[in-house]
Amino acid sequence: MELCERSAYELSRLLRKKEISAREITESVLSRIEEKEPLIHAYITVTGDLALEQADRADQLIAQGGNIPPLTGIPIAIKDLLCTRGIKTTCASKILANYIPPYNATVVDRLLQQNAVFVGKTNMDEFAMGSSTENSAAGLTRNPVDPERVPGGSSGGSAAVVAAGEAIAAIGSDTGGSIRQPASFCGIVGMKPTYGRVSRYGLIAYASSLDQVGPLCRSVEDCALLLNAISGHDRRDSTSVDLNCPDFLQSLDQDLDGVRIGLPQEYFVEGMESAVRDKVMEAVSFLEQNGAEIREVSLPHTPYAVGTYYLIATAEASSNLARYDAVKYGIRPRDDFEDIIAMYQQARSEGFGREVQRRIMLGTYVLSAGYYDAYYVKAQKARTLIRDDFRKAFEQVDCLVTPVSPCLPFKLGEKVAEPLQMYLVDIYTVSANLAGVPAMSINCGTVENLPVGLQVIGKPFDEEMLLRVAHGYQRLSGGQR
Amino acid sequence: MDFETIICFEVHAELSTRTKLFCDCPIDYDAPPNHQICPVCTGQPGSLPVLNKRAIEYCIRAGLALNCSINSNARFARKNYFYPDLPKGYQISQYEEPLCENGYLVIQGDDGQPYPVGIKRIHLEEDAGKLVHASKTFESADYSFVDFNRSGIPLIEIVSDHTRNPVRSLQEARTYLEKMRQTLRYIGVSDCIMEKGQFRCDVNISLRPKGARDYGNRAEIKNMSSFKFVLDALEYETRRQAEILESGGKISQETRLFDEAKKATISMRGKEDAPDYRYFPEPDLVELDTDSAFIEAIKREMPELPDQRVERFISAYGITQNEAFVLTKDRQTAEYFENCVPHCKSCRKLSTWIAKDLFRLLNENSLSIEQCNIPPIHFGRLMDLVEEGEITDAIARVVLEEMFKTGKSPEAIINEKDLKPVQEQGIIESLVDQIMEDNPGTVAKIREGNPEPLNFLIGQVMRKTKGRADPKKVREILEQKLPITAT
Repeated sequence: MELCERSAYELSRLLRKKEISAREITESVLSRIEEKEPLIHAYITVTGDLALEQADRADQLIAQGGNIPPLTGIPIAIKDLLCTRGIKTTCASKILANYIPPYNATVVDRLLQQNAVFVGKTNMDEFAMGSSTENSAAGLTRNPVDPERVPGGSSGGSAAVVAAGEAIAAIGSDTGGSIRQPASFCGIVGMKPTYGRVSRYGLIAYASSLDQVGPLCRSVEDCALLLNAISGHDRRDSTSVDLNCPDFLQSLDQDLDGVRIGLPQEYFVEGMESAVRDKVMEAVSFLEQNGAEIREVSLPHTPYAVGTYYLIATAEASSNLARYDAVKYGIRPRDDFEDIIAMYQQARSEGFGREVQRRIMLGTYVLSAGYYDAYYVKAQKARTLIRDDFRKAFEQVDCLVTPVSPCLPFKLGEKVAEPLQMYLVDIYTVSANLAGVPAMSINCGTVENLPVGLQVIGKPFDEEMLLRVAHGYQRLSGGQR
Repeated sequence: MDFETIICFEVHAELSTRTKLFCDCPIDYDAPPNHQICPVCTGQPGSLPVLNKRAIEYCIRAGLALNCSINSNARFARKNYFYPDLPKGYQISQYEEPLCENGYLVIQGDDGQPYPVGIKRIHLEEDAGKLVHASKTFESADYSFVDFNRSGIPLIEIVSDHTRNPVRSLQEARTYLEKMRQTLRYIGVSDCIMEKGQFRCDVNISLRPKGARDYGNRAEIKNMSSFKFVLDALEYETRRQAEILESGGKISQETRLFDEAKKATISMRGKEDAPDYRYFPEPDLVELDTDSAFIEAIKREMPELPDQRVERFISAYGITQNEAFVLTKDRQTAEYFENCVPHCKSCRKLSTWIAKDLFRLLNENSLSIEQCNIPPIHFGRLMDLVEEGEITDAIARVVLEEMFKTGKSPEAIINEKDLKPVQEQGIIESLVDQIMEDNPGTVAKIREGNPEPLNFLIGQVMRKTKGRADPKKVREILEQKLPITAT
């Protein structure tokens, strides 16, 4: 196995034992990028020189000895909506094509504190709006498992680079499934932590009350490793929660005995591809055979989740994206616009892609006088009910297990013309964002060589339970990928 | 036709916190453009607001001073609109749950009675940046600059209530604005300097024929940069609306701009064009935690309000209400007065001298009381010298002027300038003799029984002594030497 295909956990161990160097890992990753990128196209920006520089520095630090943080020398890719000082951050949008942030996102700073190596900025659906990474001004990304298919989205680039060996791990963001669904489609591990666990400072907002930063990686161990690095209170994000973070690696050692797992009955109804359903149920049986206790639970407001999500997310997006007005951000149109309104119109019509424009318009409508109560207020009420569903379910069980996606990775272009079909892909993932609870995706096998993801959803700030169940499954099943 | 007017205000006051509302940028009105900015107040993608607790305190302090109830579940909302000075495309403001509601500000009504003007709400919000146009207006300019130094400065908006004791006249409007500014300055939450844009206001005005039940539609007037312009605008608008109503017309509900050059208001947009701000709760901030302990702590530290100080000055220092008003007009004057009090025996004398002579000097030199050079201990001593008859009022004025220039003690100035009072009987007598000798004609007139020129002679003696003699004593001696014989 080449270095670029190994897990961060393993590489970290080898680096400490000085069996390999960070430069070797980085060179392996960079040559993989050179080999795969022409086909996969998962990066918007590759920062090769910076990566080698950081790798050499990591090697020096390791040579000096002392207390070396676990991510030292590990090549990591960052979704192109996390601000990186001095490195172009585009959100896969024409409107930010030339934006070079003057500051680092908190998550980026925390990775730098661990001496991680930055390989590049990954492709995504524009402003994280989409489920296939086809809505990108930088062009689409292909699924390394099957290049005729989408890698999922919106963190499709981050999932693809991990799956293809173009990075050891990656950072993504998840507003309605944007980490978990691409992780599922590319057969890797992805986690959306509890809302408030990871700082959003420097994460370019799509929907502020739903967005959360999280890792995409090769193993549950890597997930714990990255979570350790990026979690924790940040004074610059008022919604980040001031709670002590455990050492997430510790939760991996516990077995599955007595873990109460809930199956939400509303998730196993029509709309799911039967092959997906079978794979997920197989995994459930496997968990049961290995000591977990399976119970059926009910999340009665599940049918309202997608609708609620699209009302709240678009409302917030319409406001969050207002700053791209060609005054400071975005492309100033030709000089001959008639007035300031014309300037805005021209800049925003030309700068935003179709899906982003669709969501801005939808959200603007949702917040408009006369509609606000019927849509926004009602959606907030539904959100409370959905949150309550989870609270009640977690009185009976320790976590929930569900599919990640109702379908297998679909073909490029297959759903582009059908926005509603595309929205329904999020059916099993949006609820965790609405409820603010942590959720992760791990691979539970393949159907016709296409990966199927298993979703584990936990109580707020109980990422440890997710890691325990996911790691237990992965270890006992021998990592069925 | 006679009309009744109601006037409502939206006063915007920039808070005098050290840093901005949602970031650590310092507030400095003299900084060069775009030198007090950061990712947060320029709305960089990905940046997030972090609330300045001091601004919350100041807003609540204003609420308490204006007798408001404080909302324990206040929160912030986004007000969405596009404008080049608004870097995020929305302003973080408050909508449904403002920090303070249902208060009042007592002003002196036109009838001389205390009149509590209703305050509907006070909310906290961030200021926008400032546009600097290449020509006079936005529309005619080829280009404009944006200065974000102001972006994110905390602002409170104080909205008066048209249903509870609204302002009824131009005079009350002036009184209301002055009292509002005085109050905000007193409690130290805003410097309220209009020229710096720290105190701005929009007004709503509507009329009804005397005796009628309902008021007509109101017009909102924006864009007035001084008290005078506010009053000019109100005067114009009252006349305009009265003329329309008298000729049987209807007032349209609209927003009007004040044109400073023409001293007139111009229609800006009608009701149907009113923008939809699409307010919604700000998801980047958590609900405010203003528990009763927090509010109690602010109450405990609340500075004395103008009205309270007037009362106290009258009872503690035995000065008149009028004097108390003058001395408490601004906090600094009142503080200066109180700093002098322990150093002198007569508060009444002190109050008169500050209100008249010191104010005159400050005015002549365009200085504020904070810039006054005279240590309170010297001012107090000067008052005692006058009170004890050590020096005359005239000499005291000369000394005061010198103190104002140099900050020296009255004794030092008296010595240096040779202003010691001429008290010895002998010296005054010989001066009187000399003056009588120099003015034989006048002396003759007096001897003939005309007492009038006596004052002239007193003046001559005073001039000789450079005012250092006690004029009473001079008169006494003169009268002895020139007994007026009744004819």
